[in-house]
Amino acid sequence: MRRPTSTIAAAGVVVLVPAAFIAVFFVFPVASILLRGLGGDGLSALADLATSPRQRGVLWFTVWQALVSTVLTLAVGLPAASVMARMGGRAQRVTRALVTVPFVLPTLVVAGAFEGVFDRFGLDAGAFRLRHTVWAILLAHVFFNYAVVVRTVGGYWAGLDRRLEDQARMLGASRRRTWWEVTLPRLRPAIASAAAIVFLFSFTSFGVVLILGGPRRATLETEIYRYAVTRSDFSTAAALALVQLVAVLALVAVATRLERLRPIHNRPGRVRRGALGARWVILNASVALVLLGTPIAVLVERSLVAGDGYGLANYRALATRVRQLPAPATIAIWNSVVFAIAATAMAVLVGTLASLVVVHGRRGLSRLFDLGLTLPLGTSAVTIGFGILIALDEPPLDLRTSWWIVPIAHALIGIPFVVRTMVPVLRSIDPRLREAAAILGATPSRVRREIDIPIGARGLVVGAGFAFAVSLGEFGATSFIPRRPENLTAPIALFRLLGTPGDLLRGQAMALAVVLMVTVAIVVMAIEMLRGSAEGGL
Amino acid sequence: MQTPTRILGFLIASALFGAACGADDASNGTTDGDDIAGTTITVISHDSFAISTDALASFTADTGVEVQLLSSGDVGQMVSEAILTAGNPLADVMFGIDNTFLQRGLDANLFEPYESVHLDDVIDGLALDPDNRVTPIDFGDVCVNYWIDALPAPVPTTLEQLTAPEYEGQLVVQNPETSSPGLAFLLATIAGTEDWEQYWADLTANGVTVTAGWEDAYYGEFVAGGGERSLVVSYASSPPAEVVFADPPVDTPPTGVLLDSCFRQIEFAGVLAGTDHAAAAGAFIDFMLTPTFQNEVPLSMFVFPAIESAVLPSEFTDHARLADRPHLLDPAEIEANRDAWVDRWVEIVLG
Amino acid sequence: MLTVEDLTVRFGATTAVDSVSFELMGDETLALLGPSGCGKSTLLRAIAGLQPIDGGRILLDDHDLAGAGPHERGVGLMFQDHALFPHRNVADNIAFGPRMQGIQPEARIERVAELLDLVGLPGFGARSVATLSGGEAQRVALARALAPRPRVLLLDEPLGSLDRSLRDRLVDELPGVLRAAGTAAIHVTHDHEEAFAVGDRLAVMTKGALRQTGEPERVWAQPATAEVARFLGHTNIIDGTDGLRVVRSDAAAVDEAGELAVIVIRSRFQGSDYDTLVRSSNGDELRLTLQERLVPGTEARLRLDETRVIALRE
Repeated sequence: MRRPTSTIAAAGVVVLVPAAFIAVFFVFPVASILLRGLGGDGLSALADLATSPRQRGVLWFTVWQALVSTVLTLAVGLPAASVMARMGGRAQRVTRALVTVPFVLPTLVVAGAFEGVFDRFGLDAGAFRLRHTVWAILLAHVFFNYAVVVRTVGGYWAGLDRRLEDQARMLGASRRRTWWEVTLPRLRPAIASAAAIVFLFSFTSFGVVLILGGPRRATLETEIYRYAVTRSDFSTAAALALVQLVAVLALVAVATRLERLRPIHNRPGRVRRGALGARWVILNASVALVLLGTPIAVLVERSLVAGDGYGLANYRALATRVRQLPAPATIAIWNSVVFAIAATAMAVLVGTLASLVVVHGRRGLSRLFDLGLTLPLGTSAVTIGFGILIALDEPPLDLRTSWWIVPIAHALIGIPFVVRTMVPVLRSIDPRLREAAAILGATPSRVRREIDIPIGARGLVVGAGFAFAVSLGEFGATSFIPRRPENLTAPIALFRLLGTPGDLLRGQAMALAVVLMVTVAIVVMAIEMLRGSAEGGL
Repeated sequence: MQTPTRILGFLIASALFGAACGADDASNGTTDGDDIAGTTITVISHDSFAISTDALASFTADTGVEVQLLSSGDVGQMVSEAILTAGNPLADVMFGIDNTFLQRGLDANLFEPYESVHLDDVIDGLALDPDNRVTPIDFGDVCVNYWIDALPAPVPTTLEQLTAPEYEGQLVVQNPETSSPGLAFLLATIAGTEDWEQYWADLTANGVTVTAGWEDAYYGEFVAGGGERSLVVSYASSPPAEVVFADPPVDTPPTGVLLDSCFRQIEFAGVLAGTDHAAAAGAFIDFMLTPTFQNEVPLSMFVFPAIESAVLPSEFTDHARLADRPHLLDPAEIEANRDAWVDRWVEIVLG
Repeated sequence: MLTVEDLTVRFGATTAVDSVSFELMGDETLALLGPSGCGKSTLLRAIAGLQPIDGGRILLDDHDLAGAGPHERGVGLMFQDHALFPHRNVADNIAFGPRMQGIQPEARIERVAELLDLVGLPGFGARSVATLSGGEAQRVALARALAPRPRVLLLDEPLGSLDRSLRDRLVDELPGVLRAAGTAAIHVTHDHEEAFAVGDRLAVMTKGALRQTGEPERVWAQPATAEVARFLGHTNIIDGTDGLRVVRSDAAAVDEAGELAVIVIRSRFQGSDYDTLVRSSNGDELRLTLQERLVPGTEARLRLDETRVIALRE
């Protein structure tokens, strides 16, 4: 029988769109900047790095702090994910939106809030000093990445058939044993996914290390910045970027292997809301409140300080342009939302298609997509930003100053979130559902649309929410792309407001941060509702 | 799979559209000589650049030249980006390269010489390039600021006093690796002390603390943001900003400036080599030296105008003080030694 | 008409389906009986197009299905564990096939209602599949498989996961539903009673090959091999002087004058008669259905109805 050409065309689109996107906007720029940097004295720079004890120390610290950050985030996030997995629809949506809030907060603001908290609890001096210690870095990474674990694992967990746990308990396994032997192995794909994201985020973290870690801490990311930006030493920077790329490749390869190991098909069972111990719920809620709540409370309080008392003056001031900004902060918020919508749309499109290739493509292609689409998260903003400047500088792709380049750069960071949250869900789909659809007359591409995408939507909403949050709060990559003043984003406006002394400007910056948090909470909740209403339909 | 196909088409179309717009901008401008009306030039600057729309509009009205602004991080990033894109520059004019980065830009041949018609109006001593590849636009001093009410001892008047025991644990500075004022202050100590290495060793012994950037120094460690330190490296123009943006309003700034600690930063503008609009770019540099632009500079960027005839706002005349004898270093000397100085500083201060 | 010729499927070194041939006419139901792991599910998946084949041909109405994807075959398949789409409600599950065929919404709604009636679940359309009981899910799966009017319906252990009484009820209903739908069907099961009940014809499959095909009564009455006999529920296979013989459980009656002397091992009342295990004088154990209770440990004489003793060909 003939295979309709539309089927082949559709299959081609599925592979080509993500491949072209990543090739043009990531591989080409990064390869260009690496070749340019390594072309000169790059090889000797590489040799210097290899023999420099300082740089070996930097590499070790980078990997070490990222690993510990990942482990700590999992330790705090997994119990919370267990609570979230058993919450009802609306409570779950609200919680999922709320935990995303830290994502949009600029490091500078969070650092300030943390220092406020440290101050209040006397942790800024003496034996319990946190400021400028590695603990401050780890704490901030847990703060930022808590949502990654809670959302990625919690969403996946909610879809697991809980009868298996009941069965294990009936067979005499203790609660802990059941978790260890029945629940954990089934959660592994989602945990590996979340861990990969947390690791990469911590691996390339910039502001947290510089501001909270103090001047003695350096990671590959801050070293690349130091050489490329303050020293214009592109050879050493490229050599460091290469080391970063290789390290990320190796670690992502391990993570994706873990994620693939023994695919476990999740039978859609009757999902009951299990009874959870009240003490367990309270414990997790308290952890979340202390970890996320206190710095955010400090921020909100600061945003409300007006004159000698409290008031909404800072919020009202957002609508008026101050001289430090090319536009009022409200315009910056609007710009950020529009950028984030465009970035999320691109990340969802490219990420969904890429996830389908990862799950259904031939082995080699699948591995390539899996690795290639995760790399941007582990690549320095400097490498990507400078790469785009020198690579995409000629027609038809002179995008250096185009409006699109900002959402494209944001989408690059959002795509890994979509892929990493969607792939485990797609892998867990019972293959018989696809077979049933095929038998009922669905072409392969129709099967993707009728089965993979709607069921994968559970992962997609999580990923899309992240893509939006990441874009809304993105500072690093954006600051490396020359922007027109009318395209001012909220995080950059916030940074500018904090660049001149004066309580008025600072108050406005805090209000802007709070508006960003509220915006992301509302949008993430809306995305989750969208998913709810998209299901069904004859 | 209709929907993805449609979105792909949309993406490609958008990219082409964007590129077409870009091409349009470029093709507008191959004019020669004096006929610059109708061209559009792009001005790239660091993030702190600010100009009113009125001022821009008056330039366009006078010359017929449209201006597209671009901002690009801090000065180090802007210069690095310009070096990377040399030959195919992002813009026609660069504004904001300062004397600490100037030599790097000159060495990379980033600029075309342009002698502004208003060069004679510029305050003596600001024009550092005899070939006029860059033109001074504004200047400011990076100095130690103090919070008047929090000082544990009398107001310090010399750099040396900061190493005295009464100021122990009071000073916060920025890392010169990651911060432009941090670098400026290091240069001030190199120019202004007998033995800067010993000076920093003494400061370190006296409990100096280091932050990555200005923001976390000023708002994190300094009294202004709730910190406990009373001395911070900031700008000579910070006290007027503390008045302008005070909440609740105040008559006098809560901070003062240690005038012996100042390093003078001069910001320049230059025509980027490879531009197709050299004449229009030059016109914009002329414009930046007119009173229209110069009078705006103090309150929009918190720096001092480069022309003598500029009128300072009352906030500046009342609250801003400039050093009589600021510390200065030759840009070539800075460029030749900067990495070594910074490396040495890291050894002494961070260990 | 479905024609399967020399169909072979291999998994590495093992041959899961070994040169299987059969035909399925018009609207008949073929009961495919075999132990688990005998390759019957693989055979179904091969016919459905879900499993690539290593040899042979599959023809539907003389049309070779080689190269046709599962969605292009006009074959229906009902999975053992239903595989209902969890993200769609009952009506949307059933409407899925018609939707793929491009049937208009009004016609689809009509078809869904018709099928819900047919499987005895009128008004269930809006229910979420997560709320269905096992039997309801089974019926929805059947309705979904029938909705696109497949030319052949493949049922893979459709009643396997149900409790006894529900299963008995569905075994009664299924042939009627299939007949009403006018579909040819292959009904795979490992339960011979179910196979007898639903099949117009019966095929016994072991170790990847079809061993015997025919009307259920005839296959039961005349199993071709000991293996087939054992699988059809025959327990008494005796190695006699003239080859293997099967003694049907209903072949004996208690008779003082009977020629067979046995020792009673146990006797269990099972309603209308007694399930009795005896040992004959030459050591063969026989399991027989007798009308009277015998006391374990005692001797008894039985008369054999020779027409109910089957000589096996091999």
